[in-house]
Amino acid sequence: MNRYLAAHVVSLPPSGIRKFFDLVATMKDVISLGVGEPDFVTPWTVCESGIYSLEQGQTMYTSNAGLFELREELSYHLKKTLDLSYDPNEEILITAGASEAVDLVMRAVLEPGDVVLVPDPSYVSYAPCAILAGATVQFVPTHAKEEFRLRVEDLEQAYSPKAKLLVLSYPNNPTGAIMRREDLLPIADFVEKHDLLVLADDIYSDLTFEGTHVSFASLPGMHDRTLFVSGFSKSYAMTGWRIGYVAGHADLISGLTKIHQFTMLCAPIMGQIASLEALRSASEAKQKMIDAYNRRRRIMVRGFRQMGLECFEPLGAFYVFPDITKTKLSSEEFAEALLKEENVAVVPGTAFGPSGEGHIRCSYAYSTDQLKEALKRITRFVESRLSKL
Amino acid sequence: MLSDEDRKLLKLIEEDCRLTHEDLSIETGLTPEYIAQRISHWEKEKIIVDYRPLINWDRAGDEKVSALIEVRVLPQRGYGFDKIAKRIQKFDEIKSLFLMSGGYDLSLLIEGKTMQDVALFVAEKLAPLEHVQSTATHFVLRRYKQDGVALMGEDEILQRLVVSP
Repeated sequence: MNRYLAAHVVSLPPSGIRKFFDLVATMKDVISLGVGEPDFVTPWTVCESGIYSLEQGQTMYTSNAGLFELREELSYHLKKTLDLSYDPNEEILITAGASEAVDLVMRAVLEPGDVVLVPDPSYVSYAPCAILAGATVQFVPTHAKEEFRLRVEDLEQAYSPKAKLLVLSYPNNPTGAIMRREDLLPIADFVEKHDLLVLADDIYSDLTFEGTHVSFASLPGMHDRTLFVSGFSKSYAMTGWRIGYVAGHADLISGLTKIHQFTMLCAPIMGQIASLEALRSASEAKQKMIDAYNRRRRIMVRGFRQMGLECFEPLGAFYVFPDITKTKLSSEEFAEALLKEENVAVVPGTAFGPSGEGHIRCSYAYSTDQLKEALKRITRFVESRLSKL
Repeated sequence: MLSDEDRKLLKLIEEDCRLTHEDLSIETGLTPEYIAQRISHWEKEKIIVDYRPLINWDRAGDEKVSALIEVRVLPQRGYGFDKIAKRIQKFDEIKSLFLMSGGYDLSLLIEGKTMQDVALFVAEKLAPLEHVQSTATHFVLRRYKQDGVALMGEDEILQRLVVSP
């Protein structure tokens, strides 16, 4: 029946993650470091407010933009934590996860022929969403020696006059890289110079382990040029609730809302009510999770360095991205052999773009006992490979 | 005042006292020497009071009876409640003892092998003490959660996907 599928869907390459997921699914007793979501359960106070909302019969649609109370609380929260000012009336749209927000941005601003600049490696959805919106993707490589920060020289090299949108996604999945203010300022000049719009996916901003996260939208002149995307999944362990949001200039949000109203109508009300509770009373629970990730992060970095592998220190998100080129295996070969020989699942760096070659993504959203066991097995695997060279 | 680092270190030890100094050093980024020095100081100052596991005796199949006892006492001039509390706490049967606000004064958690044991202890040792005015004994029927840990076993949670973006 493939003949019924649209050509651009048929030609869309499947996610590299999906391929690996299918392989892992055939194995038993796998210790997986392949998961891109928290291992914690949503804080109970948040769950309880969702349950209560059902008991109260709050089972209807909300406005397209989302519950006003949630938008208002978000506006206050963004001002307080990231120094971002958004009017809850017309500058914030609640979406079904940050993923929907990414899709909306691409569809609302891109036209056939437009080029989207996407840092490489990065989260798997940006390029497909851009392609589905009819645009072309230009990857901008980032490098381990630069701690995977996006550099303006690489941007200039990748730039073409058709470029319209730049994706910024820091802290970064899969590398764990962050961008400090001094790293972002030259990017802002570049954006200004070429009259670009920016999709800033700040979903991991709470998981910044040194210093505080600087949002691109907070830089001088960047507020109106940025569509700020975030959500509750990573910070509050709420992946399954599917609540995200996008904030930006009222004209842009109004365009995004047009698509949202015809496709999603609104984000699920139970999740919106629970998210409101998360903002109001789960900051301590959130901090506890962040502290736990930070401790696990140190265990992982040390573990890989002790194996003799290069591993730059990731300062955000919950991934380490060690360099495995010493083993003379490609990312995919490494991940497959590790899975078959030691029953440990990691994701090949190439699943996140060509610059991921030579790296594997290991999530540390697992208990320390699991991480230690996984590190033991990976050490055994790496030692056996190195001894054969 | 505790520094943030020290507070985090203490919390980590409170959560899992089996962590070695090296484990603690890796997880916090503090040096093992600093950690050893702080722990030894806290032990000396009775800030870290003891290291012991939380055992679910019900699951071990060893029957024990626990009771919470509300005690009203007459405070003594010059000593308040401290003198009588210090006397009461000497009994090995008493596992915890708190001075309370509200309708009674002391709250005791007591353990025995049988209900009879507990009842006898209250009748023969506790109630007759000078300054003890009255007692009310509440037997524990089931432990659901203790020291922040659920003892009944959590409901099974749907597993996460093995690999996800």
